[in-house]
Amino acid sequence: MKELAALLMRDIKLAVRAGGGALIGALFFLIVATLLPFAIGPDLALLARIGPAMLWIGALLASLLALDRLFATDYEDGSLDLIMMGRAPLEFAILAKALAHWLTTALPLVVVAPLLGLLLNMEFQSMTFVALTLLAGTPALTCIGLIGAALAVTLRRGGLLLAVLVLPLTIPVLIFGVAASNAAIAGPVPFGPPFTILCALSLASIVIGPFAAAAALRHGLE
Amino acid sequence: MRLWAENLACVRGGREVFAGVSFALGSGEALLVTGRNGAGKSSLLRMVAGLLRRSAGSLGLDAGEADHSIAEQAHYLGHQDALKPSLSVLENLSFWGAYLGASPASGKALDAVGLRDLSGLPAAYLSAGQRRRLSIARLVAVKRPIWLLDEPTSALDSPAQSQLAELMRGHLHGGGIIVAAAHGPIGLERARELKLGAA
Repeated sequence: MKELAALLMRDIKLAVRAGGGALIGALFFLIVATLLPFAIGPDLALLARIGPAMLWIGALLASLLALDRLFATDYEDGSLDLIMMGRAPLEFAILAKALAHWLTTALPLVVVAPLLGLLLNMEFQSMTFVALTLLAGTPALTCIGLIGAALAVTLRRGGLLLAVLVLPLTIPVLIFGVAASNAAIAGPVPFGPPFTILCALSLASIVIGPFAAAAALRHGLE
Repeated sequence: MRLWAENLACVRGGREVFAGVSFALGSGEALLVTGRNGAGKSSLLRMVAGLLRRSAGSLGLDAGEADHSIAEQAHYLGHQDALKPSLSVLENLSFWGAYLGASPASGKALDAVGLRDLSGLPAAYLSAGQRRRLSIARLVAVKRPIWLLDEPTSALDSPAQSQLAELMRGHLHGGGIIVAAAHGPIGLERARELKLGAA
């Protein structure tokens, strides 16, 4: 446990210090949400209707931004070798890294999402529901991203490949995330079922992601 | 404690790098792996560290800690220093101390490599030799019986080289095992030599 806590704290420290890029995702999210009203035009009803979907797309793209550095920096400076030689199982070490990544990149998105809702003419209640679905769904995005990041780690320009690998796998998360938000805002479908499925997707990804990523890393280092 | 390897072979990218490598080391013994560039010195060390799959052969550690693998009882000092530029010298070392499982003796380890005065400096400002010394401090901070050193003296000045030799002698004296890859002497007088690619 002590090993994992140390790894978690180190990754958080690295992310918030200069060059770590913890807030880049949130800033990118802000810019996407700011650009949309300009592109779509001043149709307030339309903006409010597509707002949740736009916020989800923005969050999805923003969560991709920092993903390619998740293992790549540790691979380049040799830290990954030592992480694999630690006494903590690699799967748990990866889970600790994923948690640090989620706390520093996804959680800020959840926090700023309600503010961005303002730009999309959403009501306060709608914004809190979108933030809630993001809170439930972003762990799935991070853990699915883990697999792609681990596969792309040995490639020099893995970032683009990563997006191609990861985005198709996030479709279910996107569908149920937006469905739950819309259900909460407009009805008539109840909020419960899509939201529960979203939570289930996150829980399943948290279990599968680290194991798949560990297998990919073990294979990739040879 | 006895570290042994039998008929190890390494194939990378379809090319056989080495084959039929065997050695056995008891407590307090050191092995110096030599050979021309590309003979597989680093690959052999990575294989022992569990970072590279064996193409053939077997590896074992007798009388070690039964519930830990060889990798978990070994230190690997590779070409890269595994340091984060934005963390300070002390933060880098105490992270590896905590992760690899040590009592927090980071200060003493920094003394051993002569970096105590720089402990608050971000690792980004260290020279190549200082970075090397900081990674060597890791070997001191965390007690593990097997040291796998890949050209440990590269970038080190002569005082630091003799410091390292002193540390290695202390480790062997305490019953440790060292496998080092190098091109020249690294200050281990009684080390056996394994020449790769001698055919």
